[in-house]
Amino acid sequence: MHEADRLQSAVAACRRMSSSVAIVGHGSKALLGPLAGEDTLSTQSLSGIIDYRPEELVVTAWAGTSLGELTDVLAEKGQMLPFDPPRFDGVGTLGGALASGLSGPARPWRGSVRDAVLGVEIVNGRGERLRFGGSVMKNVAGYDVSRLMIGARGALGVILSASVRVLPVPAAEETLAVPCDAGEAGRLVRDWARQPLPITGTCFLGNTLHLRLSGSAPGVSSARSALDLGKPADPALWAAVRDHAHPFFADAAGALTRWSLPRGSRFESGDALIEWGGCQAWSHGGPVELGEGGFATTFSRGRQPATRPAADPATAKVTARLKHAFDPDGVFNPGVGGFQGSTEG
Amino acid sequence: MSNPKVLARLRASLPGSSVLTGEHAVRPFETDGLTAIRETPWAVVLPETVEQVRAVLAICREHRVPVVTRGAGTGLSGGARPLTDGVLLTLTKMNRIKEVDLDACTATLEPGVTNLAISEAVREHGLYYAPDPSSQLACSIGGNVAENSGGVHCLKYGLTVHNVIGLRVETFEGDELVLGGKTLESPGLDLLAIMMGSEGMLGVVTEVTVKLLPLPVAKTVLLGSFGVLEDAGRAVGAIIAEGIIPAGLEMMDNPSIRAAEDFADAGYPREAAAILLCELDGTVEEVAADARRVQSVLVAHGAEVRLAEDAAAQERLWKGRKAAFPAMGRLAPDYYCMDGTIPRARLAEVLNGIGTLSEEFGLRVANVFHAGDGNLHPLILFDANLPGQLEQAEELGDRILRLCVEAGGTVTGEHGVGVEKLNTMCVQFNDEELSQFHALKAAFDPDGLMNPGKAIPTLARCSELGGMRVHQGRVPHPDLERF
Repeated sequence: MHEADRLQSAVAACRRMSSSVAIVGHGSKALLGPLAGEDTLSTQSLSGIIDYRPEELVVTAWAGTSLGELTDVLAEKGQMLPFDPPRFDGVGTLGGALASGLSGPARPWRGSVRDAVLGVEIVNGRGERLRFGGSVMKNVAGYDVSRLMIGARGALGVILSASVRVLPVPAAEETLAVPCDAGEAGRLVRDWARQPLPITGTCFLGNTLHLRLSGSAPGVSSARSALDLGKPADPALWAAVRDHAHPFFADAAGALTRWSLPRGSRFESGDALIEWGGCQAWSHGGPVELGEGGFATTFSRGRQPATRPAADPATAKVTARLKHAFDPDGVFNPGVGGFQGSTEG
Repeated sequence: MSNPKVLARLRASLPGSSVLTGEHAVRPFETDGLTAIRETPWAVVLPETVEQVRAVLAICREHRVPVVTRGAGTGLSGGARPLTDGVLLTLTKMNRIKEVDLDACTATLEPGVTNLAISEAVREHGLYYAPDPSSQLACSIGGNVAENSGGVHCLKYGLTVHNVIGLRVETFEGDELVLGGKTLESPGLDLLAIMMGSEGMLGVVTEVTVKLLPLPVAKTVLLGSFGVLEDAGRAVGAIIAEGIIPAGLEMMDNPSIRAAEDFADAGYPREAAAILLCELDGTVEEVAADARRVQSVLVAHGAEVRLAEDAAAQERLWKGRKAAFPAMGRLAPDYYCMDGTIPRARLAEVLNGIGTLSEEFGLRVANVFHAGDGNLHPLILFDANLPGQLEQAEELGDRILRLCVEAGGTVTGEHGVGVEKLNTMCVQFNDEELSQFHALKAAFDPDGLMNPGKAIPTLARCSELGGMRVHQGRVPHPDLERF
């Protein structure tokens, strides 16, 4: 029996017994809070590349494929995952990356996890094996269920396999460190956004703004000359921030808050790590007041993350109905993401 | 349908000129860009504000009148085909640009703003909106959301889903969904993504926030002419294997080349089996370096190459491609445009298959192809005045789309399902998948009165179709589950 069939049977059995499962890959996303199913459904054995055609810019792989293996296979052909997902503790699966929807440092420029997803195969809460999307770049046949799965944290279904768009690894890359205060960093980043510069990362912390330029060798070198600021810095910064291996994240005891800020926001917090051209910031401790249009998620060890402001009633209603439409009996990841809302209350 | 009470309430809620009824007034709205499919709407309403949209939806909800939302009516799959017993909610009067935020590089728009108007409004700031469907002069941003529209530059810059960052949506139940905004991420489920390409089935888009990109400093266009069509197909893969993502990469076959050349005088080689148009953009140095690399790839695949470095020469080359559709008017009275997407590696095989079908049906087919992203537009040439030819063209189109699905592709890359591709959806999806789509719709529209009957076929329709095909002795996909 193929592992995908086994997972499908396990979901169907679980539904018959009115039980529930926690869907787990490498279990590296403790940050996102504990899972509470009566049983564990592991995708780890559902692993391997199904199809990879570099000239099509698409890779299809089983959900349990490790991100390490996947990125190695792509790197051999000079390609990469555009969304550069975090590998907490150095591990993580493709399925976990898709279900958690966390993107890396280049997200504002190369797109998010959902931007890169072209198709998925899932098992829904009725134990049905369904395919949505495909392996082609453009596809508007039916609702875009593939992208709905991204960041849904397994609440709608088990991802069995997925096709994602890949990009060529840039020929040249440079990291620059620019000493400046928060206000100046904000001004610089906003100015750069209006210019055609090959920026693929910004990170402000402790009065230093780090900047990454990627692209063709002439493109990067002309951008560096045009900017004419900063000094070369260690490119290892980007993976360290991405994987929360940077010393900033070392204070593991307390809560960590992720701020999702409107594009063009001022840089205000001197203690925060601000990345994504000012659109994502991390701070220690719980949330403080937010500016208009942003939201904050606080991650505390052993608890479900708390997002402020809470979803408005209209969004909560549709969300709860979607959960019911995919998983009517609440088989998957009970309690995750607060998706079981008003239809039950 | 005649319902004076509903009409009176609509008239009371909207300005007099915004409610149209009667044969003459509503006739211009009986079809969208897919003109073969027509239906006369019972009433057409043209609200000017979101409050008026809410009022229309409330009246229709209370009286259980179905609503079809329409933008500029340029859609090519009948998605905005009205209903004789329904209200056609036309959003073209809601065409204000509400805000351009230069710090955020965003524009916030009413749904009736035309695609091109966005780029024109922000050009003075060195910015533009990237997706550029061929109909960009006329098509509305709300319609672009409904269809997840693409264009010739989407290989590098993405589709509508990659460029729209926020929406306000009115549901049929009377709720307003505020999805995304100026942040990059949204908490909870990605409802913003599911709205893209949802063909007006889930709600009415009343506000759209898009991201704006800096205009590229430099661009160049290469024209590669090939004696063998397969070589052009392989050259596309080779360019991408070089690590280059062109801003645009378009292919045309010989019938398209000739038609476009006759029509637009673009300077295309009339004898070529295929041409590739490759646009590169970026910094001056980058474009120069990439152009050299693309040129060697094209030459290595047997092409003669011409470089258009100044704007006038580039415009001339693009003029031919953009004229490809109207140019078909010279070859035949009517054409039927298909919209399959296939993995590029299967291009030669699919084009050969289309050639065989073309002979079998005795109808000519010209192919234009968004080669970079595998989106194929076979144009079936016919004469609707000849009895049976329209039906034959539709049947041929159906067979071509099946070919695309067999090659691992999809029945629609950018034009949407609408009413046109309901039958071919039965080929691409099984009953369980279709049921999941219906359940998803019900989460937004439990009454099922938003654009009913579009985009997702009923199981009964597919089952009936399945039976008919068996009866005719040709089941195209015996391995697909149907029941």
